[in-house]
Amino acid sequence: MSKMTLKTEGDTHIVVTRHFAASPEAVYRAHTDPKIVQKWLLGPEGWTMPVCISDARPGGQIRYEWANGNGKGNGFYLTGEYIELEPFGRIVHVERMFLPQQTPDNHVETTFEPDGDGTLMTIRMMLPDAKTRAAMLATNMEQGMEASYVRLERMMEG
Amino acid sequence: MEQLDAAFGAMADPTRRAILARLAQGEATVMELAEPFQMTQPAISQHLKVLEDAGLITSRVVGTKRPRRLVREGIDAIDQWMAMLRKGMEKSYDRLDGVLAAMESEKKRKGRR
Repeated sequence: MSKMTLKTEGDTHIVVTRHFAASPEAVYRAHTDPKIVQKWLLGPEGWTMPVCISDARPGGQIRYEWANGNGKGNGFYLTGEYIELEPFGRIVHVERMFLPQQTPDNHVETTFEPDGDGTLMTIRMMLPDAKTRAAMLATNMEQGMEASYVRLERMMEG
Repeated sequence: MEQLDAAFGAMADPTRRAILARLAQGEATVMELAEPFQMTQPAISQHLKVLEDAGLITSRVVGTKRPRRLVREGIDAIDQWMAMLRKGMEKSYDRLDGVLAAMESEKKRKGRR
């Protein structure tokens, strides 16, 4: 099983890496084609993504809406815009969460490099300042963490 | 929840992170903590109050001094939070492994036709 690494870099960067046993083209498509994104970007078990819009071109819109299986998901979502796309090596986009309150813009650069038989993905999140980074760490962080956040929040409110 | 918000708010400041890093090495007095910074003791005391309110540090009275130390539970709560966030992300990528494997076998199946 491939291991994910997550580390902070300087005061305003968070870097995540993950190896995949597939070509950069396949991993790139899995991050830009809404039909594929919808299948996996779900965080913990039990969550679905009823709305998944990913218009993969510069200026194109991103919108992901999550719900949990028992219908109690009360509309938390993410919006964003693509800035640069270099198939199949690099994506630059900006995103922000609505929980429902809006979180600060997160600028994200994702690269896909050949790595042995597969692909090394590196996500570099550039936050405006250390305070925002701490807030991001405390809230949505990055793809797949959103669901965890909401679930955890509920558990803690329990 | 509120305690975690306070903890992350407290850690958003570089001076306070440096204070936490120092206290990770052991108990220290305000004077010792102020030493590496170009700051007055009242300014440092203000930072210490934020950390204390966030449940990250505590103090005890030793004569005229009030040395500070880390609160295990406060630090653990942050570690657990990060671990759970990380788990959600890992879960997504594990799921993506399966999706990629299915894409690959689909491609092979089509290629054989």
